[in-house]
Amino acid sequence: MASTTPVDDEATLVAQLRAGDETAFEQVVRTYGGRLLAVARRIVGSEEDARDVVQDAFMNAFRSLDKFEGHAKLSTWLHRIVVNAALMRLRTRKRKPEQSIETLLPSFLDDGHHEERFKSWDEPVDKVMERAETRELVRKQIDALPESYRTVLVLRDIEGLDTEETANVLGLTVNATKIRLHRARQALRTMLAPHFRSAAS
Amino acid sequence: MKCRELAEFLMDYVSGDLPDESRTHFEFHLSRCKNCHEYMVQYQMTVKAGKIACDEMSDELAGVPDDLVKAVLAARKTLL
Repeated sequence: MASTTPVDDEATLVAQLRAGDETAFEQVVRTYGGRLLAVARRIVGSEEDARDVVQDAFMNAFRSLDKFEGHAKLSTWLHRIVVNAALMRLRTRKRKPEQSIETLLPSFLDDGHHEERFKSWDEPVDKVMERAETRELVRKQIDALPESYRTVLVLRDIEGLDTEETANVLGLTVNATKIRLHRARQALRTMLAPHFRSAAS
Repeated sequence: MKCRELAEFLMDYVSGDLPDESRTHFEFHLSRCKNCHEYMVQYQMTVKAGKIACDEMSDELAGVPDDLVKAVLAARKTLL
């Protein structure tokens, strides 16, 4: 892993890119590549596909530098390009059979009560998430969700698309999108519970 | 309203999309059922944890493998 160089002067960098300056291209890839790889990875789910997506995204960006408008941030522009490239990859690749999510959803007794007694998570979420290893754990659990649920959760809760946009890009109905988001969140809760449960309870 | 329905309506409730009448039933159940209350708290914490974990600006996501940098720069040459 290489360290990154902060970009002090984006306008200069963009001008250098447009002029075809080789070192500027390298700086852009080193500065934004890691974060874009993380975005791609959580949408497509595999490291290999994520790398291809990042490469496609940079090529798309480099080809359309003249369309980049100065008032947008370079990072935001690249982010949007990588999300689109990742969605394109999802649409074109063969879907693998995926594991059922049912066992990660809450189960109920005949009288409608929860089967499980939920042990409390005492520590506030901001506090738990201050630890780098917890952030890593949460990312791993999101990556482990079955694809059709992971993509909905990532687009809605992380990328901030609304339900209709998410439904559109994934080719789902609005209702199916809502059901999947709710199930994905419930499944993720189940996966996080053993790690987030307070030691006292 | 039973715990089962509460779990079903949870997403609409936390996003403020539950119609008034259902919301009243939902909140009545919630005020009397500690287990459902805990479940809702954890559901909301889960959503928040996901957002924080994937915050693009966190430095731990900044590193990029060297061979990927090389591959991108090599691919760019083919554009020229």
